Amino acid sequence: MNIKPIAISLTVLALTACATKAPVQEVQERPEVTAPPPVTQEARPTLPPVVQAPSVVQGPTFDPNAPVPGSIEDFAYQSGGEPRVYFGYNRYDLTEDARNALRNQAQWLQSYSNFNAIVEGNADERGTREYNLALGARRADSVKAFLVSQGVSPSRLTTVSYGKERPIDGRSNEAGWSRNRNGHTNITVGSIG
Amino acid sequence: MNLKHFIISLWTAFCAALLTVGTAHAQLEIDITKGNIDPTPIAVPSFLGTDTQTRELGQQIAEVIRADLERSGLFKSLNPASFLETQTNIDYQPTFADWRVIKAEALVSGRIVKESPTKIRVEFRLWDIFAGSQLAGLRFATTPDNWRRTAHKASDAIYKSLTGEEGYFDSRIVFIDETGPKTNRKKRLAIMDQDGHAPQYLLAGSDLVLTPRFSPSSQKITFMSYENITPHVYLLDIETGRRELLGNFPGMTFAPRFSHDGNQLIMAMEGKSANSDIYIMDLRSRSTTRLTTDPSIDVSASFSPDGRKIVFNSDRGGSPQLYTMNADGTNKKRISFGKGRYNSPVWSPRGDKIAFVKSGGGKFSISVMDPDGSNERQLTESFSEEGPTWSPNGRVIIFSRETKGVNGYNTVWSVDLTGQNLRKVETPGKASDPAWSPLLP
Repeated sequence: MNIKPIAISLTVLALTACATKAPVQEVQERPEVTAPPPVTQEARPTLPPVVQAPSVVQGPTFDPNAPVPGSIEDFAYQSGGEPRVYFGYNRYDLTEDARNALRNQAQWLQSYSNFNAIVEGNADERGTREYNLALGARRADSVKAFLVSQGVSPSRLTTVSYGKERPIDGRSNEAGWSRNRNGHTNITVGSIG
Repeated sequence: MNLKHFIISLWTAFCAALLTVGTAHAQLEIDITKGNIDPTPIAVPSFLGTDTQTRELGQQIAEVIRADLERSGLFKSLNPASFLETQTNIDYQPTFADWRVIKAEALVSGRIVKESPTKIRVEFRLWDIFAGSQLAGLRFATTPDNWRRTAHKASDAIYKSLTGEEGYFDSRIVFIDETGPKTNRKKRLAIMDQDGHAPQYLLAGSDLVLTPRFSPSSQKITFMSYENITPHVYLLDIETGRRELLGNFPGMTFAPRFSHDGNQLIMAMEGKSANSDIYIMDLRSRSTTRLTTDPSIDVSASFSPDGRKIVFNSDRGGSPQLYTMNADGTNKKRISFGKGRYNSPVWSPRGDKIAFVKSGGGKFSISVMDPDGSNERQLTESFSEEGPTWSPNGRVIIFSRETKGVNGYNTVWSVDLTGQNLRKVETPGKASDPAWSPLLP
């Protein structure tokens, strides 16, 4: 094996050389440098128009005294304090204010279907007892018919006329009389009767 | 209109004999159709008694008779202190001259005889002082407890002798007793004697009760009650206490009134779209007949005493007015044409007049008219009055009157058909919706 001593000697030489100078790292080969890819501009999308949103108003304020939603007290609260709508002298047609109030009542009644209502028709003191009973019946019926037209089931509503027997204001003047001519939606729990 | 009473002459004994007119023929006669500005002076001394109890009763009976006659407005009860003669026996003629001096035109002399501890006899004679003749002599057997009613019966006999008309003192008034403030009023059905005595409640409960009316022929009343959610008309027999809901109607029934024979009831009923129409219910068969179909309010119906006609309230002409129709609903005719609103018509038991409530210009009045709408006449006026009801003889109207404002309250008043003699009717408290009974049997 003659070859072996030569190989050894080369290795010795190499080892001898290393021992005298620090070895240099091998150069690593990198991919070829080329020109960067071209920059192209993105196309602009067509936006739908801005939709007009409802005006921003003050959000519901927190009322620590507000009744529990869905309670009988809540019905009165949502109806503006007292669930009554008011009529003109010797009239039983609904005013625009009355219709608006009754729309709220109808919405509430539809949200809380475990309640029924007795609609009471009332008259002021300027009329005889019997005529006012007939007039009160018509007022109660006007209220009921409107609530039904707003989707409240007629089976949940009953009417009663009190004529002039249930004044809420004792004054014998227009201020008192105008309050006493009303339809009162009296909420009851469960079935009527 | 002038009110007068007149005495049909001072016939001489010769004249009386000539005409063969007996002493029982009334010489003193009071015309009650003309009202009264000059009440007839009448003397009613205490009835005589034989012991302490009968003497006391005799005094009380005379007091009740004096009060009855005085309240009618036709009589002036003379003060017993002015009497010159003290009779000791009513079986002798009084000393007419003594009574003429104090200007008495009539004298009632009575006595009470005790027949047993529980039975008394009340006797009286009514004298015409100017004619010097007896007009009536009556005897009632009763128990001491019934002395008050006996006094009313004597008053009725005296009234009839002197006016020729039935009296109304032995009768009762059903009414609504009211307590509490205007905005929280409690109303209860009650009854009392026509002079305000012996008031009592008729129903145990505290349900709202309105518009009671007496049967003209029996001790039954009809009224409207809120005992159930939907108010209805009820019938009550005040002797047995038996109460009954009339019919089975889905809508409100109200404004009930008996026919004069007591066999039918006329009332209003709430139908489709809360329209009020008038129905008759036959109380024997319980069948109902509808009399009006108009889409307007028809309410407050009242029968004529012969049962052939009905007067009612309707706003079919645009405002509340009075209409008449036949008892079968035909021949509807408006009878009120004056200025204002006309409500609550009630036919007189005599048939000659209709009483009603008229309103306008912030005032209410009780008025009367003939059944054809003629001769309208206002009897009273105030801030609020309503619910006229007739005395059984059709000569007096009682009604309720309410005062104005937050502290307003109801009281009961009476007025003669002529518009004279307006008086407050005694009630135990505040009261409304009076209704007069027929004469007690």
